[in-house]
Amino acid sequence: MGVKFLDYTLRVGGEAGQGLATIGGALAQVFSKIGFHVFTHQDYMSRIRGGHNFYQIRFSDKEISASREMVDILLALDLNTIEIHRKSVRKEGFILYDSGITKKKFEEPEFIDIPFRKIALDVGKKSVMANTVATGAALGILDLGLEAFRNVLRKAFKDKGGEVIKDNIACAEAGYHYARTNCPRCEAFGISEPEYRRLMLIDGVHAIGMGAVMSGCKFYSGYPMTPSTGILNYMASRAEEYNLVVEQAEDEIAAINMAIGASFAGVRAMTGSSGGGFALMVEGLSLAGMTETPIVIAEMQRPGPATGLPTRTEQADLLFVLYAAHGEFPRVIFEPRDPKQAFYLTNKAFELAEKYQIPVFIQSDQYLVDTEWTYEKFDLENIIYNDYRLREKDLEGIEDYKRFKYSSTGISLLAVPGEAGKHLVVADSDEHDEEGHIIEDSETRIKMVQKRLLKKLPLIKKEIEPPLLYGDSSPKIVLVGRGSTYGVIKEVVDTISKDHKVAMMHFSQVYPLPERDKFDYIELLENADLTICIENTATGQFAKLMRAETGFEFSHQILKYDGRPFTIENLKEELHAYI
Amino acid sequence: MPTSEDYKGQVPAWCPGCGNFNILSTVKEALVELGIEPWEVLMVSGIGQSGKLPHYMKCHTFNGLHGRTLPVATAAKLANHSLHVIAVAGDGDCYGEGGNHFLHTIRRNPNITLLVHDNQIYGLTKGQASPTTAQKTHTKIQPYGVLEEPLNPLALAISQDCSFVARGFAGDQDYLKELMKAAITHKGFSLLDILQPCVTFNKINTFKWYRDRVYKLEEEYDPSNRLKAFERSLEWGDKIPNGIFYKNERETLEEGMPTIQEEPLVRQKFYIEDVKHEIEKFY
Repeated sequence: MGVKFLDYTLRVGGEAGQGLATIGGALAQVFSKIGFHVFTHQDYMSRIRGGHNFYQIRFSDKEISASREMVDILLALDLNTIEIHRKSVRKEGFILYDSGITKKKFEEPEFIDIPFRKIALDVGKKSVMANTVATGAALGILDLGLEAFRNVLRKAFKDKGGEVIKDNIACAEAGYHYARTNCPRCEAFGISEPEYRRLMLIDGVHAIGMGAVMSGCKFYSGYPMTPSTGILNYMASRAEEYNLVVEQAEDEIAAINMAIGASFAGVRAMTGSSGGGFALMVEGLSLAGMTETPIVIAEMQRPGPATGLPTRTEQADLLFVLYAAHGEFPRVIFEPRDPKQAFYLTNKAFELAEKYQIPVFIQSDQYLVDTEWTYEKFDLENIIYNDYRLREKDLEGIEDYKRFKYSSTGISLLAVPGEAGKHLVVADSDEHDEEGHIIEDSETRIKMVQKRLLKKLPLIKKEIEPPLLYGDSSPKIVLVGRGSTYGVIKEVVDTISKDHKVAMMHFSQVYPLPERDKFDYIELLENADLTICIENTATGQFAKLMRAETGFEFSHQILKYDGRPFTIENLKEELHAYI
Repeated sequence: MPTSEDYKGQVPAWCPGCGNFNILSTVKEALVELGIEPWEVLMVSGIGQSGKLPHYMKCHTFNGLHGRTLPVATAAKLANHSLHVIAVAGDGDCYGEGGNHFLHTIRRNPNITLLVHDNQIYGLTKGQASPTTAQKTHTKIQPYGVLEEPLNPLALAISQDCSFVARGFAGDQDYLKELMKAAITHKGFSLLDILQPCVTFNKINTFKWYRDRVYKLEEEYDPSNRLKAFERSLEWGDKIPNGIFYKNERETLEEGMPTIQEEPLVRQKFYIEDVKHEIEKFY
């Protein structure tokens, strides 16, 4: 394979509706349960049936953070998959297929024809178990044993009963043994099981949802829109267990106004959408700004404009989210680098939203939403939870509570209406006085802008962490990224660092830009020969933001706007032009 | 017990003689008579002359965006269903800009009250047609007269099985107060459409115009009969019925939400320790 460590990639391809996510998800679980680090990503079309989708699983005995272009095993559930992906299979790799499904036989040595459907019918009496046969066959090729898969099947079909579990296990075994006996070259893999590690497997969307739950979020309102729908699904699935209220709104305008209403009434609230839905939320964002109502907004990007590519990835909403809404008010934008950081930054988003009474964004994209990573653990001791909302006993001694009372920090006491004794809470989308009533005079206006915006801004900036520097500490080449490009850039830095003084500078707390007192990242960039900003946009939005806020201009940019994420291979190829 | 003094707020900035004054004093009286304290009430309003009403009272207030009264009010009720939540909107606000929310709030049926100041015109923006302006009415931007049929909010609400549907008139405060009290105490989403003369921009639907036409639904009228209610809601013109057209006992949104049965959401304490086991699901 040409790699020192164990590092394999499987790609499962087929039509929508064939159960790719089931096979891919099961394999990812199997590898992680054995103790391998796993990285998966999904590439799917905006349709329920037909077309072409794939699910890619990379596993290794070391930590991995990106997808590879070249695969070791292609599991083809249709002919189309073979035609599209054949060229991506390594020389020593295999293509598993069922000639009964493809209606075409391939004689080349990399092809292994396994009658998925026939085995399923013979052994499990149902053709739907062909997916279990195929998964078993893939594990057979890898000679990894079936114990972990048996457990995954037991868990997956827990509610369907013993018979279904038994038949599926039988199908898995049949697929496994068929592959073992019909694959003369399988010894090529020679995989030994890794030292056992207990690993969790989580994707971006679940990490954001879990971050919200563990931050005390009690209310989530949203309208389904790929790729943000997963958060809505997750919150609804946990509603009963954690006493949440989850409401599917009639539109995104209602969704954000509901989140604001719930937050005003005293509970931590969140909404989420993709770019098009967020466009409808923009006036509501301004309302949160004016009424100083804490709110967390998840903006999960897909390529636009308009409906764009609904199931694909891009990072082109950064400046939209930054400049969305009329008027001036503070906001914070986080773009997590991986699911683990998505969890922590969601938690930090709730903390900052409530501490400063502002809207905070978790911005991500389809790529990170759908990629699964493995981790040994999330450190739950680091979760921040401070309840800034005040109730009757907290307000003892206060004679005349004023919701927007001037203060040196710009932050006023946040009382819970109805739970604050006889104190009244008044908020207005009009410019208002300290009590919250409508005003029009310029003196109050100036004081309120100072309170709401100018006094809070420097305090908020102090909360923002500097970018991560990975690699050489005084690099000549700096690869700069933000959000979900982290994993790919990191692995590219790993592979080229032996020949170059190279580092990655990665931003995940993108707005406000971090101050330079803890780490003077601008100086570091200025001292490098080559600074390359890498983004999934056509115009380099982060590069523009850096120039606008700091005056720094990157020497080069690598931009990708085909709706697909960067892979290690294609980023390396792009870099060849400069290095 | 509260008094009307407890509900005294800012000095209104409405035109002298505006029908809103009557609505304001009536809502205060209704709340006082129901024994509801100011800190037990959350008023959510939109934008328009009606949106200013909560400022002229004393109670928890969220004066939000044009048209967006109902989503805010619904969510506030879900967060704290021990509050009396009253949404205040105008005809343009609620039936135009916020039309979609109006439809879906009827479907959701939160236990909140919606007071619509229906003056059949846009007041704050100075005299454009609203969704309830009569056809052929001439305005600055409808020089050929309004071409659209006016929206019938009562018929629309009844057709969608809205939990409580009533109409009152700002010129008959005693009856309006009765209707308000019934709307506030009704369990479910209550719509009270209030005919409210705009003395500046609507020279047609004046106090006198309404007085000549409004009458109360008969005492023997049965508001549980939806078909009959729909039929009566279509009456408009020389005779305009007021009263409770329709009510039902549908389950409310809060009643259907299992997670808030024991305690309002806002009183449910959060402890990280209670949720930490969530992480085990990912191993």
